[in-house]
Amino acid sequence: MSGQVVVSDEVAPVQLGPPILEVAGLVKHFSTDRGLFGGGAKLHAVDGVDLQIFPGEVLAVVGESGSGKSTLARCILRLIDPTEGRIVFAGQDVLALKGRRLAGFRQQVQPVFQDPFSSIDPRWRVGTSVAEALDAFAIGTKAERRARVLDLLDRVGLDPSLVGRRPHELSGGQRQRVGIAAALAPSPRLIVADEPVSALDVSVQAQVLNLLADLQRDLRLAILFVAHDLAVVEHISHRVAVMYLGKIVETGPTEAVFRDPRHPYTKALLEAIPRPDPDRRMQESVLRGEIPSPIAPPSGCRFRTRCPVAIERCVTEEPEMTLFGEGHTAACHVARAELQKQDHQRRQ
Amino acid sequence: MSDAILTLEHVDVGFATDDGTVSAVSDVSLSVASGEIFGLVGESGCGKTTLAMATMGLLPASATVSGSVRFQGRELVGLAPEDLRRLRGDRISMVFQDPMTSLDPAFSIGEQIAETITAHRNVQRGQARDRALALLADVGIPEPERRYGDAPHRLSGGMRQRVVIATALANEPALMLADEPTTALDVTIQSQILDLLRDLRQRLRTTIVLITHDLGVIAQLCDRVGVMYAGQLVEIATVAEIFRAPRHPYTQALLAALPTQHQEPGSLRVIPGRVPNLIDPPPGCRFASRCPYVMDECTIVPPLAHESADHLIACWLSEATRAAAHPAGAATGGAA
Repeated sequence: MSGQVVVSDEVAPVQLGPPILEVAGLVKHFSTDRGLFGGGAKLHAVDGVDLQIFPGEVLAVVGESGSGKSTLARCILRLIDPTEGRIVFAGQDVLALKGRRLAGFRQQVQPVFQDPFSSIDPRWRVGTSVAEALDAFAIGTKAERRARVLDLLDRVGLDPSLVGRRPHELSGGQRQRVGIAAALAPSPRLIVADEPVSALDVSVQAQVLNLLADLQRDLRLAILFVAHDLAVVEHISHRVAVMYLGKIVETGPTEAVFRDPRHPYTKALLEAIPRPDPDRRMQESVLRGEIPSPIAPPSGCRFRTRCPVAIERCVTEEPEMTLFGEGHTAACHVARAELQKQDHQRRQ
Repeated sequence: MSDAILTLEHVDVGFATDDGTVSAVSDVSLSVASGEIFGLVGESGCGKTTLAMATMGLLPASATVSGSVRFQGRELVGLAPEDLRRLRGDRISMVFQDPMTSLDPAFSIGEQIAETITAHRNVQRGQARDRALALLADVGIPEPERRYGDAPHRLSGGMRQRVVIATALANEPALMLADEPTTALDVTIQSQILDLLRDLRQRLRTTIVLITHDLGVIAQLCDRVGVMYAGQLVEIATVAEIFRAPRHPYTQALLAALPTQHQEPGSLRVIPGRVPNLIDPPPGCRFASRCPYVMDECTIVPPLAHESADHLIACWLSEATRAAAHPAGAATGGAA
C-alpha cells in the first residue's frame, strides 16, 4: 500500500502526509489453557496486521466474532502486549515506551468502549470520571480542571448539572457520552473506539454517531472505529479494513470497498447486511459454515473453507495484498487473477 | 381478519414495583394472520418482549395482564397454568435471543428435542429420536446422527440457535414467537438463520411473530409490522408500506435515525428528549413530549385507526388529515 490515501468522502477530507499511527506485522497469540485443548495450544487472535491511520480520519476495522478486531484495538491501546510486530505513534515506537513517555502516549491515544462501565467506575460521580485523566496526568490547576470538566460535558451534549450524578442514574446514551467526555479530557489525537454504539438503541445510536462525527471534524481527531455493524461503518468511516480470522483481507476508501468489494469475504459480509429496505431483499446467503477456530486456522487463505470461489492455490499459498484502486487492496488469488486478466485484455 | 390465528384486544400489562405500577404495555390490539411473519419492532423498554411474554403466559407474578389474547379462538388470559403449559412447546413455541436460555447444558441436543416431543405426544422413544434427527437435518445441522449426542456447549452460537429452532418446531406449532432470534449472532450467521426462518414458513406454513429492534431484519423477513413505543402500539402496516410511507411521527423518526451512506456524518436525525417514565406516564400519546407535530389533542390516547385496509396509525395528526379529506364519514377508531 502506498503512503498516500485517497479520500472517499469530499465532505471530510483527510490530511495527506505521514500517518499518526502505523502498525506493521502485528501478531498476537494467546496460549490456551493446558488440558482443555490437549495442552498449550496457540490461539492466533491477530496474525500479521499492517495498517495506518492518518490524522483526522476515521478508519473502521470491521469483522465478525473471532476476527481479532478487538485484540488489535487492545494492542494499539497497549492494554495487552503483542507477540510480534511494531506500533509507531507520531514517530515513537509505542512498544518500547516506558514511564513518562508511556504516560504521554496514553494521554494522546484514548479508548472508548462498548460498555462505558468498563472504563468508568460505577461508584464515581460523572465529574470524577471525566476528570480522571486530567488528575492522572496532572493537567491544569484544580479550578482549571473543574472548568474543563464542565466544558467537556457541554461539548458531548450533557447538561453540566449531571456532574454530580452516578452512572446508574444515567441512560445508556448519557453514559456513553460520559465515556466520550472522559476520553476527550486529555486532548487526545487518536481515539480507539471499540463497538462504541453497538449496545445503544437506534435513536440513541444516531446521537452518539453524530457526536463522534462532529468531534472528529471539529477537533481533527483520528478515530480507529472497531465495529461489526456495516451500516454504521459505511456511514461514519473514511476508510475501512475488513478482518477475518486475524488478518486484514481488504482495505480501502469506504465508498470504494462498499461499492466494489474485491474479496469474497467482504462481498459476503456486505450481502449479509439486513438492509432496512424491503425492495432489496437479500438473496440466499452464499456463505456456508462458520468461522473456523483461531487455534487451528486453515492453511493458505484462511477464508478458503467458506469461500464460494476458492481454487486449489488457496489451500497451499497465502494470498498477498493486491492493489485494485487508489488505496484499495485485497488479498485474494481469484480477484488478483481476474485483475491480471482484465489488464492483459486491456493491453491487447 | 377472518383467518387470524392470534388476536390481541386491549392488552394492558402492569408491573408492580416499590415505586408504583409500571405500565409496560398499554391498550394493545392487533391480530396476526395464519401463515404470516408479523414483526414487532421498537427500542428497549417499548414493551415488545413483555407483550410476547404476556401472550405466552410467561410473565412473573408481579405482572398484571388484562384484555384479551385469543389463540385459534381460545382465550389465553386467565387460562390455568397447566393448560398454558400444555400449549407451550406444542401449539405455540418460543425462540429467545440467547439459545442457552432454552437449552439445558446437561443434556445432549438430540435428547432435548426428543424430550420436547415426548412431553406433548404419546410416542415411542425411538420415534421421538427419529423425529429429532429429521428436525436437526431440517434446520441445517450437518451430520445429525453424529451431532445428536453433542452437549450444547460443543456447538457454535449459530448452531445452537438452529437447535433451539428445531426444538421450537418439534411439535409442528401453529405459532412461533421469536424474540431477537438473530441479535446475538454474527451478520453472516444471522443471514443463514433468516434464510432458515423464511424457508420454514414456506415449507411448514408456520406463523411467526418476530420481535426485534432491528429494522433491517424486519425489512428482510416480515410481511407486516407493528411499531411500539413506550408500551403503546403506534402503527401497523405491511413492510413495504412502513418503509415507503411511514405515517406515525415516531416511525418516521426511527427510520430517519438509521445510518446510511447517503447522510453526511453528523447529520443523522435524532429524537429529542427521552422516553417517559412508565410509572404514571403522561395521559395520551406517550410520544407526544418528543413529537415535532404535538397538538392539544395528544393528551388523549389516539385510537389505532385504519388509514387504509392494511395500514393503521394511532395519531391525531392522521385523524385530522383524514377528517379534512373526508369531512362527512371520517374513519373511526378501531383495532385490526
